[in-house]
Amino acid sequence: MRWIRQHLIGAIAIVVLLYLFLPIAVVIAFSFNNPESKFNLSWNEFSLDAWTQICGVPGVCSAFVTSVEIGLISTLFATILGTMIAFALVRYRFKGRSSTNLLIFMPMATPEIVMGSSLLALFLNLSFPLGPVTVMIAHIMFIISFVVVAVKARLQGMDPRLEEAARDLYASPSATFRYVTFPLVLPGILGAALLGFSLSFDDFIISFFNAGTLVTFPIYIWGAAQRGIPPQVNALASLVFIAALVIVLSAQFVAWRKRKSLSVR
Amino acid sequence: MPGGVARKVEDLRLVNLTKQFGGTKAVDDLSITSPAGSFFALLGASGCGKTTTLRMVAGLEDPTHGQIFIGDQDVTELRAFQRPVNTVFQSYALFPHLDIFENVAFGLRRRGVKDVDDQVIAILELVELSALARRKPSQLSGGQQQRVAVARALINQPDVLLLDEPLGALDLKLRRQMQIELKRIQSEVGTTFVHVTHDQEEAMTMADTVAVMNAGRIEQMGHPAEVYELPRTIFVANFLGQSNLIQGMKVSTGDVVEVSANGLGFRIPSKRNVAPGQSIVIGVRPEKIMVLDAHDESKLPAGHNRIYGTVTDVSYTGVSTQYLVETPWGQSIIAFEQNSIVGDRCELGDPVVLGWAPEHTFGLDPAEGLNAGLDHAVLELESDTEA
Amino acid sequence: MAPVVPVASVTTKVAQASKQRSRIAYLLLIPGLGWLAIFFVIPLVTLFMTSLQAESASKPGTYVPGIQFSNYTDALAEYWPQFVRSFVYAGLATAFALVIAYPLAYFIAFKAGNWRSLMLVLVVAPAFASFLLRTYAWKTILADDGPVTSGLNALHLLPDGRILNTGIAVVAGLTYNFLPFMVLPLYASLDKIDYRLIEAGNDLYGSPQQVFRKVTWPLSMPGVVAGTLLTFIPAAGDFINAELLGSTKDKMIGNVIQTNFIEFRDYPTASALSFALMAVILVMVLSYIRRSGTEDLV
Repeated sequence: MRWIRQHLIGAIAIVVLLYLFLPIAVVIAFSFNNPESKFNLSWNEFSLDAWTQICGVPGVCSAFVTSVEIGLISTLFATILGTMIAFALVRYRFKGRSSTNLLIFMPMATPEIVMGSSLLALFLNLSFPLGPVTVMIAHIMFIISFVVVAVKARLQGMDPRLEEAARDLYASPSATFRYVTFPLVLPGILGAALLGFSLSFDDFIISFFNAGTLVTFPIYIWGAAQRGIPPQVNALASLVFIAALVIVLSAQFVAWRKRKSLSVR
Repeated sequence: MPGGVARKVEDLRLVNLTKQFGGTKAVDDLSITSPAGSFFALLGASGCGKTTTLRMVAGLEDPTHGQIFIGDQDVTELRAFQRPVNTVFQSYALFPHLDIFENVAFGLRRRGVKDVDDQVIAILELVELSALARRKPSQLSGGQQQRVAVARALINQPDVLLLDEPLGALDLKLRRQMQIELKRIQSEVGTTFVHVTHDQEEAMTMADTVAVMNAGRIEQMGHPAEVYELPRTIFVANFLGQSNLIQGMKVSTGDVVEVSANGLGFRIPSKRNVAPGQSIVIGVRPEKIMVLDAHDESKLPAGHNRIYGTVTDVSYTGVSTQYLVETPWGQSIIAFEQNSIVGDRCELGDPVVLGWAPEHTFGLDPAEGLNAGLDHAVLELESDTEA
Repeated sequence: MAPVVPVASVTTKVAQASKQRSRIAYLLLIPGLGWLAIFFVIPLVTLFMTSLQAESASKPGTYVPGIQFSNYTDALAEYWPQFVRSFVYAGLATAFALVIAYPLAYFIAFKAGNWRSLMLVLVVAPAFASFLLRTYAWKTILADDGPVTSGLNALHLLPDGRILNTGIAVVAGLTYNFLPFMVLPLYASLDKIDYRLIEAGNDLYGSPQQVFRKVTWPLSMPGVVAGTLLTFIPAAGDFINAELLGSTKDKMIGNVIQTNFIEFRDYPTASALSFALMAVILVMVLSYIRRSGTEDLV
């Protein structure tokens, strides 16, 4: 009884994690399916076709590449803009701080469909042509807030004495930034960028409203869902998932190794 | 210093230094000189302005008024990275992304020194850390980190080294060790050290000059023994060690001031008195008081000040025995007796006589109130037990 | 000794320096905030203006600027079931997510030990796999002949005898999709609790239920508030789950906005619904935050 009580919460935690991964297991498994019909919904037979001919279906790979490009460019801009805001918020005193905070909080508290539709309303009223530019504008807009929050947390967690120590040790303001502040905040910025890229890459709702005829990877999947998703899509998504997991886990592993080497000093 | 560069040693002078935060003066018209090559301690409770003073000297805070001189150079307008001053920060502020070597080399590199290796190795030898040069700060113990912080500051051969509560994060035993270590390093390099601390024992053991700070001002400054033996304000008498303070009135003045308090007469050499008016507070340190059984009063030397009372508490602490004696007017007097006396100690409830030499008495101005400089927590505790 | 000179100039220098510093702050803020102003705030204004447009009398199917508040009443009169359904579904999904996420967050914060960071990665990791594909995968998992549906049918637990294409599937999909947004804030606020407080609670109260009610739960309130908001808001505006997992009877307001905007090109109606959704959510969020007394969410 006692044993059950002590391990109950752990058991629930593991079940919840399994629940989180159940659909992903299905996605990966069905990349090896050779579907009977157009709809890749029930298991037929094992096949490597989707992996060996990963671009074998028209439009899949170009949609994938479009999403990567849009993700990289949007992330770059949003990371720069968001990091600048985070620095201003943490390091400077200025008037209008609370309205700034509100402006950053609002996009996170607004349903995507409202952001997507309102941007579309703007572009329609301006007769601005929809396409990659409008999608990137939208992505940068909604990523900025997440970058600000992530970088701000990192900056706030930094001991202000470290920068004072640098100034005390003959580092000019620019040298302080270059040799102390930036290297210490960099992990936070990289984390924010990874988050931003995954948000952009996977965004469907906002992109769908503002893409016009442009086809991103999620838009491709949406369209395919009506007429049947080819297993190539599963293969590509599995690839992204595994790549991201490897990146994050190896970062974790490096941090863990570091901690371990500390404890055996 | 190893590496063998003859350094010039400079004094540090603060002239009318004032720092205002909003409406409150953190530092109020401070003028002090810390002589070249001295170990100078700024002692005070938290919030007394000692750290703000240090930060102004470092250039991390701009003074509202006043000037800072190092030697003959006015550095008030110089920014932190332009001043010939380095700081050992509270909790060290070692750069976590750099190893020990690079932490120590940081200042030299920023000033464009090309070949830093010899100097870094020499200074790491001085603080006995050469073996750990390639470790990261987080891999070091507290005491080691503290020595790295000292090395990182000293390698720049500052005219003045500032230490902001440098031992605060260490446990008691290590703190004692590092006090001796810092003192050794100071005498080896000869630089002017300015040390900020709230720990009176630390200030007294390390410094040549102690300045007791309170509410942005210096209460008293001098050699530790001098400040301890002859406090000039009630704040200092209470903050630096313990004092018994008794309120009274002057009866006569001359070479010796005679005081009447609670029906008893006391004598103070007039050069040990600073009370300007009729009313006076007389003070004596607990270890100056002899505790004698009331029957043995005749053993007290003639001319000693004396108080009669009853023992209400005896605690044996090893080196000494501490007595609490209640006087007829309800005050508790604390007395320390060295445990070198052969024979019986006084016991709880014994009628006793307390005696001490007039030369151990000091006279203070009562204006600031008898509780000035006492720990607030202690005061609350006392009022609780009274109630 | 250098002469002592009055240094009033220092004061003005400091004032200048702080003015200069706030100028740097504005330089850092302007590009990003400008972007948000132009592409977040102005579109909302445009959305509101579009929601008041009237159909052109000369050219049907096009719209001209106007102040036609009846767009709102007409749209809500027609689509109130979807509107209400959105909030019900989102509310249910949020409640389920809270119940599921709490034990996981609690375990990671207090019991996971060395596994803590790995488990956090695992919570975030599903986001690396496509949202649409994961939702689509539920079609396979909940299929009528699949093990889940047959199992529940054997126990006679399903009113319609199926899950897919019912509201249950939509709520299940919403719960699943936004679960990580519930776990992370919960974890963050549980992690801040000093575990000794819980131990002290165990010491003083005895019963684990009481300790949870009187110590753990109140201390984790900021996480509960943030997590429920981060789950409820996207769930209320979602149309993917209803589209892929529900039937036409399970459509949410997001589906209506989407079809009106993109297929029917009835911009005023779609804008009115979108703006109304935004307004209702905003009011709910603000009153919720005020009631739970957690104002620093950013």
